[in-house]
Amino acid sequence: MAEKVKVGFLLLGGCAGCEMSVVDLSEKLVDALEHLEVVFWAPTVADVKYNDLASMADKSIDVAFIDGMVRLDEHIHMAKIMRAKAKTLIAFGICAALGGTAGLSSLHTKEELFQKAFKNTPTTDNPDNIFPQPSCLVDGKYDLTLPAYEDKVRTLNQIVDVDYYIGGCPPHHSHVGAAIGALVSGQLPPKGSWITNGKAVCDVCRRNPAKKEGSSQHRTMLSKVMRTTEGTPDPDICLLQQGYICFGAITQGDCGGSCLNVNIPCRGCGGPIPGNEDYGAQALSTMGSILKDEKATAELMSKYPNLAKFFYRYALPSGTLPKKM
Amino acid sequence: MEFVPNIIGFACQWCTYAGADLAGNLRCKYPPTVKLIKVPCSGRVKPEYVMQALAQGADGVLVGGCHFGDCHYKDGNHKTKNRMDMLKSMLGDLGFDPRRFRREWISGAEGKKFAEVITDFTKELIELGPNPLKGGENNG
Repeated sequence: MAEKVKVGFLLLGGCAGCEMSVVDLSEKLVDALEHLEVVFWAPTVADVKYNDLASMADKSIDVAFIDGMVRLDEHIHMAKIMRAKAKTLIAFGICAALGGTAGLSSLHTKEELFQKAFKNTPTTDNPDNIFPQPSCLVDGKYDLTLPAYEDKVRTLNQIVDVDYYIGGCPPHHSHVGAAIGALVSGQLPPKGSWITNGKAVCDVCRRNPAKKEGSSQHRTMLSKVMRTTEGTPDPDICLLQQGYICFGAITQGDCGGSCLNVNIPCRGCGGPIPGNEDYGAQALSTMGSILKDEKATAELMSKYPNLAKFFYRYALPSGTLPKKM
Repeated sequence: MEFVPNIIGFACQWCTYAGADLAGNLRCKYPPTVKLIKVPCSGRVKPEYVMQALAQGADGVLVGGCHFGDCHYKDGNHKTKNRMDMLKSMLGDLGFDPRRFRREWISGAEGKKFAEVITDFTKELIELGPNPLKGGENNG
């Protein structure tokens, strides 16, 4: 039998949901492990420490998956080490690829974020105003350190060279399976590409009138805008046509339209379809051309008061203006 | 040194660009602060272009298109309006003063209006001061 492909997983600033997607492969993962050897999986699954990775030989990991965004100096440090140890590096999930929802924190200052997280949430009791510090001296002799906070969220490719990108929050397990299959068989696109089926969410969406036989439905311009909390959408008709703003047209559909199947419009976690450098700007542009008139545009702006958080839901750090001035 | 604003202008070739040409023919006086880029239609201007100009240190960005009903492509300027209104609001969310961005309808016959818009925009930008990202995104 051929030698096993050595893989490693590293979680940076994320929720480990992408790694859950790997585990969600269940029996398929058991089969895949005949071809794969997991040599590093931290800090979530395996009992290994960061030092164990640093002590491996360079280029000793065939394929490394990094999930989560980059916010702490620890993330930068570990991403660089993983890059040195890996032959192929994959930005796994939308946080590593474009910044993810956590990337929206770049629209706030560090002070605002710390006040919210460690002081002002209703369940927080912090009368002494204790906030995390990069270093502190305990009992006059123990010099303790915490990772330091960078001024903005970065995507993985702003720190190291990335070979492939996989979108999704998290990536659908069937897509993870297909991606691992492609890796094991070596059938990969050119370096720097997204691993994707190449279709937009609309293309895989069961609501798409073009996919229905004998459908007489045509595209109409939007004269009203609905938020997901308003009314109940018809489960068979295109959400955009019903006024629920959906980004399916500009998002990679490796998810199979999962959200659309449960009446939730697409917000773009799959990453941009090819030829699009700035997801949020493209989303704004696309919506601008499907809104019927000024009234509909004004309605959208009043219902979504912070458009940067709306259009850049998963992509702010990768955008042209990646943080608040 | 006195601050001279740097304005990037995206001008529709059917109207605002012709308006700027007419401003020259009429010998209208306006400050030399605008760098015009001719586009086929104001609806061709991606929001990304405006953001890119600001990210690279432009003090102000102008998008000039035709009046409603005059669009060579029928509804290009309606799309411009939808997009640029949202963009103006989003620039505010991203921490820019929305006054750094203007969307104006200037026809080919309105050379004088073009000169007035540039004069007024320049005055406003002098009050606002330089773009906080002067020198580009990484040097801001």
